[in-house]
Amino acid sequence: MSWRDFFAMGGYGFYVWTSYLLAAVVLALNVILPLRARKTVRARLRAYYRFNRQSR
Amino acid sequence: MVSLRRAQDALTPVIFFAIVVALFPLGVGPEPGVLAMLAPGVVWVAALLATMLSLPRLFANDYADGTLEQLLLAPQPLAVLVLAKVVAHWLLSGLPLVLLSPLLALQMQLPADALPTLVISLLLGTPVLSLIGAIGAALTLGLRGGGVLISLLVLPLYTPVLIFGAGSVAAAATGLDVEAYNSLLGAFLILALTFAPWAAAAALRVSLD
Amino acid sequence: MARAEPIPSGPEPVTLELHRYVSPKTFYPLAGRLIPWFGGLTALLLAVGLYYALFIAPPDYQQGESVRIMFIHVPAAWMSMFVYVVMAGAGAVGLVWNAKLAEVLARSCAPIGAWFTVLALATGSLWGKPMWGTWWAWDARITSELILLFLYLGVMALQSAIDDPKRAARAAAILALVGVVNIPIIHFSVEWWNTLHQPASVTRIGRPSIHISLLIPLLLMAVAFMLYFVTVVLLRMRNEILERERHSAWVTELIQSADAEPAPPAAGNRPRGVAG
Repeated sequence: MSWRDFFAMGGYGFYVWTSYLLAAVVLALNVILPLRARKTVRARLRAYYRFNRQSR
Repeated sequence: MVSLRRAQDALTPVIFFAIVVALFPLGVGPEPGVLAMLAPGVVWVAALLATMLSLPRLFANDYADGTLEQLLLAPQPLAVLVLAKVVAHWLLSGLPLVLLSPLLALQMQLPADALPTLVISLLLGTPVLSLIGAIGAALTLGLRGGGVLISLLVLPLYTPVLIFGAGSVAAAATGLDVEAYNSLLGAFLILALTFAPWAAAAALRVSLD
Repeated sequence: MARAEPIPSGPEPVTLELHRYVSPKTFYPLAGRLIPWFGGLTALLLAVGLYYALFIAPPDYQQGESVRIMFIHVPAAWMSMFVYVVMAGAGAVGLVWNAKLAEVLARSCAPIGAWFTVLALATGSLWGKPMWGTWWAWDARITSELILLFLYLGVMALQSAIDDPKRAARAAAILALVGVVNIPIIHFSVEWWNTLHQPASVTRIGRPSIHISLLIPLLLMAVAFMLYFVTVVLLRMRNEILERERHSAWVTELIQSADAEPAPPAAGNRPRGVAG
């Protein structure tokens, strides 16, 4: 089977590849979002503790 | 003694019910065949939405004046007290819907033969909606966004009642037997009567602690 | 208002080492160590699964190459259901035993499960379009998935509407439990509704028994998604733990020891925060 046939997926190429693309997006998103949130949480807590230290 | 507030509690859902049903012919056109086909679903969805509209009021007044917290301390089981509140609420907000429904169904060109089934399905179904709705109302006590939030929580849980309630009316309209539907709706009612007050009571405790 | 831990009476119960990991403080580093392993395994199984799904599995007799969508759609749908059950179970544990970690697990599950549901719906739609000709077909499984999505969104909306983390967790747990009890009823109702309205000519995807050559990539992808779920839920749980335990000494030290600024005076100078 040639690469062209592979991408065409017997005429269903759009449906198949969009599905796999969506899966990739969802899987990536659910890794990236928590990793970014981690940075935000840590930064916010750092500022919070710093503020508490100063105001004591 | 019917206070002004109570009259409003009873009237608002009913008026809403009537308006929503009236919207459909305006939206899809007055052709009797189309309306008749839509009638069971439309009347049922409108009744469901009207019930949902009335839910915030279930606990709101008692919550505002502190009576609700007193209920938590009462010797009677909270679930029983919740059930009593829901029954009272349904008599005021749900029963009028059931009584008005035949009129609105006729507006939607529902065959007259199906009217008794409609009334029975709503009679069995709207209490279930109120019972499940009580759980939603208890969970969202005092929260901003109350009414819409309750709807979001409670609508997915309403789907079985809707499916079989409207289904029974549609079956009656085409002359089929509705005994199985009524039994199922009755089963839902019994299940809801058994479990919903208990869940709503637990939710009240969570909200008021 | 903080409640004092109940003082255990009677003899110490014999517990497994598991007991130690039930507190957020000990779970946090454990999760941190587990994440790379689960992540690695996920990547490995995804690679193998995708290879089988795209290259080895033969096209279906009826559906042709579009059957490959099944290798995404079905595992996503399975996970959407599984995660909801985990969420409800964790919620129940949190309610009954007042276990913070269970509450954190439940809260972390919600968005992941919702995303799996969205993926199942989108791929279901993409699978259905070439089969049935419409972008949205109200078949039983898709309709049930849609209602499941609304159930997830309800839990998430309730949580974000409540500021107090304890009340939020308990309320969401009750809602999730009510939902999980209703799911079989909803599924049964939707199935019935569908057989009533469905035209006889519509084929039902996935009902006939599945051939082994399609089963292997399906199971590989399912396991990959499961490992992925564990990885990602651990990630979210760590964030949630930092957030909820921010007043505790161990989090304070953890964050501040990574701080670029010079270390603060020894913790004994100031009153300790409320212990976790």
